[in-house]
Amino acid sequence: PPAHSRSDWIGPPDKHSNLRPVIFYVPPEESPLERRLREARQEAQACDQRFWARHNRAFCQEKEEFIYSRLKAKGLEMRDETGQKATLNAEEMADFYKDFLSKNFRKHMQYNRDWYKRNFTITFLMGQVALVRALRWLRWKKKNVGN
Amino acid sequence: GLFVWHLKNTGIRQIPCQFVHLCRVANNRLITFQYFNFLKRMYVTQYNKDLSQRAKPKSDSVASPFRELQQFDQEKKVIHKIRPISPVHQPLPETSSGNMLREMKSAAETEDSVTPVRAESKDNRQWKEMKLQLGDLPGILARLSKIKLTALVVSTASAGFAMAPVPFDLTCFLLASLGTGLASCAANSINQFFEVPFDSNMNRTKNRPLVRGQISPLLAVCFAASCGVPGIALLTLGVNPLTGALGAFNIFLYTCCYTPMKRMSIANTWVGAVVGAIPPVMGWTAATGSLDAGALLLGGILYSWQFPHFNALSWSLREDYSRGGYCMMSVTHPGLCRRVALRHCLALIGLSTVAPVLDITTWTFPVISLPINLYISYLGFRFYRDADRSSSRKLFFCSLWHLPMLLLVMFTCKKSFLEKEDKGDLLGGNHGRAMEIRLP
Repeated sequence: PPAHSRSDWIGPPDKHSNLRPVIFYVPPEESPLERRLREARQEAQACDQRFWARHNRAFCQEKEEFIYSRLKAKGLEMRDETGQKATLNAEEMADFYKDFLSKNFRKHMQYNRDWYKRNFTITFLMGQVALVRALRWLRWKKKNVGN
Repeated sequence: GLFVWHLKNTGIRQIPCQFVHLCRVANNRLITFQYFNFLKRMYVTQYNKDLSQRAKPKSDSVASPFRELQQFDQEKKVIHKIRPISPVHQPLPETSSGNMLREMKSAAETEDSVTPVRAESKDNRQWKEMKLQLGDLPGILARLSKIKLTALVVSTASAGFAMAPVPFDLTCFLLASLGTGLASCAANSINQFFEVPFDSNMNRTKNRPLVRGQISPLLAVCFAASCGVPGIALLTLGVNPLTGALGAFNIFLYTCCYTPMKRMSIANTWVGAVVGAIPPVMGWTAATGSLDAGALLLGGILYSWQFPHFNALSWSLREDYSRGGYCMMSVTHPGLCRRVALRHCLALIGLSTVAPVLDITTWTFPVISLPINLYISYLGFRFYRDADRSSSRKLFFCSLWHLPMLLLVMFTCKKSFLEKEDKGDLLGGNHGRAMEIRLP
């Protein structure tokens, strides 16, 4: 993002986590409340990034392992004659999907709880910041009108 | 509940002949035809959008009014012109079918490739400033509220209103539709607010406004509140308290029950089906002020419809669901998934037969609707037996036209309330026409 910009910038989705990273703008006159908000958002972003990058990598890895073991059981190679990667059809993959989902259920429950908590906190902070800014602007307006 | 949509020629799939036929047969149904076409186009557009993005890798199906439609097919290779990069604006096609259609998370899944190809459109590769452009706001809010889904939800509510055996009151109708629409916008916005990281990870939903940072969560919540509160107030004060209560309950059910439950238990599908069933009930109560058997029957029809619709759709999305941590029948209990879909297809036949018993329609309704109900049941059976992609797709697409057609037939077979009062058939001979007569 350009140096002179006064707003946050959001980027393309991360390769592993599919989440879009945000670069937060730190205004010179940032209030403590605004700093709390920004730090909460940064922390949330880091948590989410960690979780999903790890989770997705695990998914891809386990998927590869599953395919490999199934192909081996069938007596096939990972790549066929034409050099194309051999794949399993949807019905065979279904077992893997079911398994993966149940294995990660607890992890998801924990993440869900954390995500909801973080989401509410951040949104609430945003509300507070917006309110403070609005009041400040109204006061400024009144002062100017008075002058 | 007929909406006129402009038939835009977007150069996509051909309209199946049956729609053209329908159009010819009843030109006063032209509006409905366009409505069907719109439905289909909406799905196809999403398809195409999905495909073009697949250069990147809907949904919900709108079986449930509040659900999104998911996109389906990824096998077709369609070349689309690259859309000019505009900072924020994205074409509308979100998969959202009205509440009627369940959200179908469209996942363009490639069953055949081990590593999903993710060609990202140019839009996605750039860093964007997170500043709200006012000019883009309408588009953003439309996508946030899943406007197409909302439109479909409102049409199911209108269908409920139209089927109620009372004189047609235009004001009431408009108020009820508007209130329902606002409630639906609110619910959809909150749903998106709750699901940002999950939406990011699923192909169908990864271009939503909150995921892309086009709007802040705070604004999304404020928008939801500014739709929901007036919407429910409108329903409670402008229509009747029962409708308002149903609307509020449905918002709660969708946002606080269905949305979290999606990640906890497969029972979410049943909850979602109820969410989808409530709007027509709301339409009915808006017209009559009470919860009669007719309302429940309409709700029942929509409830049953959700299952073949959603289960068929979710069949292709198993990978995304599994990775995203969504507990869906198609992933964890595939046999149940197909059984339930079939069961409810058959239930539709039963429910259609009950309609005349309850004096909602004439006996022509079960007769006329039997072919389409049998057809969807047949596809349901094929899905049950074959359990493959093509049968699931066929069932899904059938459900898309099945519901509008069923409601349409129901409307034409509606028992005029005058007929009921004068048993001696004042209006005899006119089986198929519904007569709405305004009493002085």
